[in-house]
Amino acid sequence: MTFDLFLQHLSNGISLGSLYALIAIGYTMVYGILRLINFAHGDIFMMATYFAFFGIVTFGIPWYITFPVILVLTALLGMTVEATAYRPLRDAPKISILISAIGASFLLENLAIVLFGGVPKPFPTPDVFTDVVKIGTVSIQKLTFYIPVVTVIFLIGLTYLINKTKVGMAMRAVSKDHETARVMGINVNQIISLTFGIGSTLAAVGGIMWGLKFPQISPLMGVIPGMKCFIAAVIGGIGNIKGAVIGGFILGVGEILLVAFLPDLTGYRDAFAFVLLILILLYKPTGIMGEQIAEKV
Amino acid sequence: MLKINNLVVSYGGIEALKGIDLEVEEGKIVTLVGANGAGKSTTLRTIMGLVKPVSGSILYDGKDLLKEKTQNLTRYGLNLVPEGRRVFADLTVLENLKIGAYCRKDTKGIKEDLEWVFSLFPILKERVWQLSGTLSGGEQQMLAVGRALMARPRLLMMDEPSLGLAPLIVKDIFRIIQEIHKQGVTILLIEQNANAALHIADVGYVMETGRITLKGSGKELLTNEEVKAAYLGHSVKKVI
Ligand SMILES: Nc1ncnc2c1ncn2[C@@H]1O[C@H](COP(=O)(O)OP(=O)(O)O)[C@@H](O)[C@H]1O
Ligand SMILES: [Mg+2]
Repeated sequence: MTFDLFLQHLSNGISLGSLYALIAIGYTMVYGILRLINFAHGDIFMMATYFAFFGIVTFGIPWYITFPVILVLTALLGMTVEATAYRPLRDAPKISILISAIGASFLLENLAIVLFGGVPKPFPTPDVFTDVVKIGTVSIQKLTFYIPVVTVIFLIGLTYLINKTKVGMAMRAVSKDHETARVMGINVNQIISLTFGIGSTLAAVGGIMWGLKFPQISPLMGVIPGMKCFIAAVIGGIGNIKGAVIGGFILGVGEILLVAFLPDLTGYRDAFAFVLLILILLYKPTGIMGEQIAEKV
Repeated sequence: MLKINNLVVSYGGIEALKGIDLEVEEGKIVTLVGANGAGKSTTLRTIMGLVKPVSGSILYDGKDLLKEKTQNLTRYGLNLVPEGRRVFADLTVLENLKIGAYCRKDTKGIKEDLEWVFSLFPILKERVWQLSGTLSGGEQQMLAVGRALMARPRLLMMDEPSLGLAPLIVKDIFRIIQEIHKQGVTILLIEQNANAALHIADVGYVMETGRITLKGSGKELLTNEEVKAAYLGHSVKKVI
């Protein structure tokens, strides 16, 4: 393999890793605050891409208006899922909430099939993103550069929000101890809702860029990326945001390079994540950045 | 200020409080002493709305607390230093103190209270950037008290602040409780260390397996033979 080709694969891996990272953060944040795996997260990601389709294709709204609006809509969708499927079960046994999460996921998938049809739709791809630039002998879509840049911008925003703002401080407090947070006057439900909102917004950012990169959308498109990003969160140490980002990049870059170096394994591309998951569960179950996972009291 | 009437609390059918009456007058230090498992923490947790009672009433300034949400109580000046301190381990000392003032908007007042907390606990000032989980037990207890003070409480409830601390630090904590009280904060103190608690208390209650069995001034209870026998350690000596 030439160095140029390697660079091309690497940049592809980095942009795929960025997408995984953005989605993985949603899993890890919700887990951090509720100790719950939000199975509907991959489907919320799918919904974001349909919102984009309808905004741009059906209603003809320009992308630069549609995309920001989608972030808000997807945040609202995530908050609605939380308020209807999870909040009423806050004091119920963990297993009930888990089942409710699976139910929410199936509901969104089937709703999408009923409302949007099972046939895949083309995702709108404005030229600004899909134009190709040539660097030496390598030609790369502009999108491949935009994706990591946009990801980094959102990651910086998220880091600032969580570490430097009052509401971020409340999120960190709630994820450690709901009860004491309430005693301190924090509205825990509001903070949890906000967490879902933020996670879903990042899923929407990931979804839009996913659609631009792989411009075909369907009601079940969230399933596999959802699973992989959950795995990315586990690899990084679930509950830890930095870990989710690292896990996302390991998975994205690893997957692309595996296929690049061992083309015979192309068919096993999706298996890569699962093999990695098994290895991490065997040798470092708490993940790369993870601390001891203590049961919540 | 706080008035509890015939409060019954049960955990899955087992009654932890079997109809207790308790009153805290404004400006006083009231203490509730009793052995492990008597129901002291349950009493405080029910006041804070963390546990729902079966029956009975809790009035605070005439307000029915059972209708209030936990997260709103700090706005009414009601605050709790929970059992086992429960500082937010991943947050810095300063952040923990800021969380205490979460509902307040008066930046100037918050600053003043921060200085007040630092004057009560100078060690916290030296450790503002340290993660709270890395503090010693005594320091964490000070932080838990400081955090509650940041809400500028009118009634401060403390659940066994001396538990598991070295005798010297326990002395410190009791001195500071009195100091806080002098600043006009009413105090409801729960203790297994009955001796120290009754020494500083205006009013004391003794609790046994879900019932209040004795009530009196701190002094009265200190000299009460039953209390002496059960909680002040004399009986233990005899048995040995
Ligand atoms: N969450 C709970 N679930 C079931 N039983 C509990 C719970 N909390 C306390 N209890 C029981 O209620 C009784 C009173 O406990 P508690 O209020 O913690 O006592 P104290 O604070 O005086 O040591 C004990 O018998 C205890 O086992
Ligand atoms: Mg207790």
